[in-house]
Amino acid sequence: MKIHEYQAKEILRKYGVRTLRAVPCFSVDEAVKAGKTLGGKVWVVKAQIHAGGRGKGGGVKLAKSPEELKTLASSILGMQLVTHQTGPEGQKVRRLLIEEGADIKKEYYVALVVDRVSQRAVLMASSEGGMDIEEVAEKSPDKIHRVIIDPVAGLTDAQGDDIARKIGMPEAAIAQARDTFKALYKAFDETDASLLEINPLILTGDGQVIALDAKMNFDENALFRHPEIVALRDLDEENASEIEASKFGLSYIELDGNIGCLVNGAGLAMATMDICKLYGGSPANFLDVGGGASTEKVTEAFKIMLKNPSTKAILVNIFGGIMKCDVIAQGVVEAARQVSLKVPLVVRLEGTNVELGKKILAESGLPILSGNNMADAAQKAVDAVKKAA
Amino acid sequence: MSILINKNTRVLTQGITGKTGQFHTKAGKEYANGPACYVAGVTPKKGGQSFEGIPIFETVKEAKAATGANVSVIYVPPPFAAAAIDEAVDADLDLVICITEGIPVRDMIRTKYKMIGKRTLLIGPNCPGVITPDEVKIGIMPGHIHKRGPVGVLSRSGTLTYEAVGQLMEAGLGQSSCVGIGGDPVNGLKHIDVMKMFNDDPATEAVVMVGEIGGSDEEDCARWVKANMKKPVIGFIAGLTAPPGKRMGHAGAIISGGKGTAEEKLRVMEECGIKVTRNPAEMGKLMKSVLK
Repeated sequence: MKIHEYQAKEILRKYGVRTLRAVPCFSVDEAVKAGKTLGGKVWVVKAQIHAGGRGKGGGVKLAKSPEELKTLASSILGMQLVTHQTGPEGQKVRRLLIEEGADIKKEYYVALVVDRVSQRAVLMASSEGGMDIEEVAEKSPDKIHRVIIDPVAGLTDAQGDDIARKIGMPEAAIAQARDTFKALYKAFDETDASLLEINPLILTGDGQVIALDAKMNFDENALFRHPEIVALRDLDEENASEIEASKFGLSYIELDGNIGCLVNGAGLAMATMDICKLYGGSPANFLDVGGGASTEKVTEAFKIMLKNPSTKAILVNIFGGIMKCDVIAQGVVEAARQVSLKVPLVVRLEGTNVELGKKILAESGLPILSGNNMADAAQKAVDAVKKAA
Repeated sequence: MSILINKNTRVLTQGITGKTGQFHTKAGKEYANGPACYVAGVTPKKGGQSFEGIPIFETVKEAKAATGANVSVIYVPPPFAAAAIDEAVDADLDLVICITEGIPVRDMIRTKYKMIGKRTLLIGPNCPGVITPDEVKIGIMPGHIHKRGPVGVLSRSGTLTYEAVGQLMEAGLGQSSCVGIGGDPVNGLKHIDVMKMFNDDPATEAVVMVGEIGGSDEEDCARWVKANMKKPVIGFIAGLTAPPGKRMGHAGAIISGGKGTAEEKLRVMEECGIKVTRNPAEMGKLMKSVLK
């Protein structure tokens, strides 16, 4: 789960991380008022959307007068902000953060993630702050320093000092940088975060170490113990169909093709997308119905796939283990009737009670194309789309 | 022969009184040598009861002492599953197979830390389990699609593993053991660990390695294969069409920072002498061709 910059900063402040004074706003009036409250002569108007790359996309601007603050707030609020992470359609800006200006002397990068290799949390830091870190990782990987964190001891003083020196923090700021790193790890650990990224972490002219930006993602499997984080969820930032799917325990991701894929299991679901592409088609979605799909679940899955106007055919690929093929077949027949299906439907069943499942499909009287195996089913789905076009 | 489990394995189920635990313990007990293999269950506060003739104990230590169980399978709900692994490790079992999906990563980091210096092996979490066909089945895979034979199966997925097994059967090939290591980022045995076991197993003549996008475990395994493997390996990686930045079901199945792509994994595997296919419907056929 993702949250906004201003929400992440609120969490980090509680852990003692320094941030600039700032006010989240939902309207232009609020933004103007925020400028007055903050005082000073310059303000930064920052679009609050979950995607990264906001600055490059024109969602972060400097205002040098109250009038300019008003103009910028008016133009950014409500804009369709396009960044490299939003896709071409962009994301509508519904919230702003008005922040006081800062005297930036140097920008750094710091992030915490879970490292699969060490099976621990890792703190990464770089002297190349403010840049696209993926670019730094590619062009000058030696400028990214990493420290593996012991889950019992936490980030130690020595580790904090060491990494602060490695990224070139001046001696006078080492203690502050170390405390910031330790606070960041504590926040990352205690909130069950999956990502905490500060880009940039800045050193100001008067020697302060401050988180100028903040990004936090959380482990969805741990949300049950963090109601305070669940409360920060902003549904406007998420795909409506994906939210709807999650209510029914379906894992759904919309893609840009035209074959709707309904599969049990994430690996098989990806493989089904792959084989569609291999045969010249293109998947409209990733959809994993999970281990125990009921008729209701399958019906909802059909409804969600058909809400996508690009869906020109549906491919059901089920390898029944615990899930019995006759139950799935029943669900498919029911779903096809309920949604009065207009697009071609190809079904491939394999595994437990497969003969019974095939019989149910054949006797339904519905125009269901039967796939003998994964390859046959994918080919039939691709052909059906081509024929319809 | 086989790897990890065989007909002499003695299994205890942690979470045997839950719906999932009951269902799969019953199915495991009914499969091949299951009646002899499934010897105990553990559920706190339910000690002294029994399920399908299997005695239930309060703790793993008690269950081990009373029945000689050496392998545990875990169906405990996610908030308590990591603690269940800890308990099995403390009881010094040979192997723990954790089926539970949805364990917080932070819990698994601490569990892996506690396992340092212990001899207990871990498979999973979030995995289908392990089966040695015609001997013993520990996990949620359908037993009837398997048959004993020369091919080792190693995978991060559940149903995609069944698909691979189904294709092997279509090609007339049975399996020595099938191991689902799970899709979580912090977990027990990795591809490389299981591959080493298959290499040492006289009953395994070749290995199917099924991977997914995310991480670099498949690449690490492929490099080991190049330097050490004495048997042919074929492979498939799911997620060639997966967009970056999107988590595809499994917590670990994500392409981020341009890393963990299927194309990159396939490239490294090919470089290391593993025969790969980009078509998930051709795993069986490919295996048949290398075993001739």
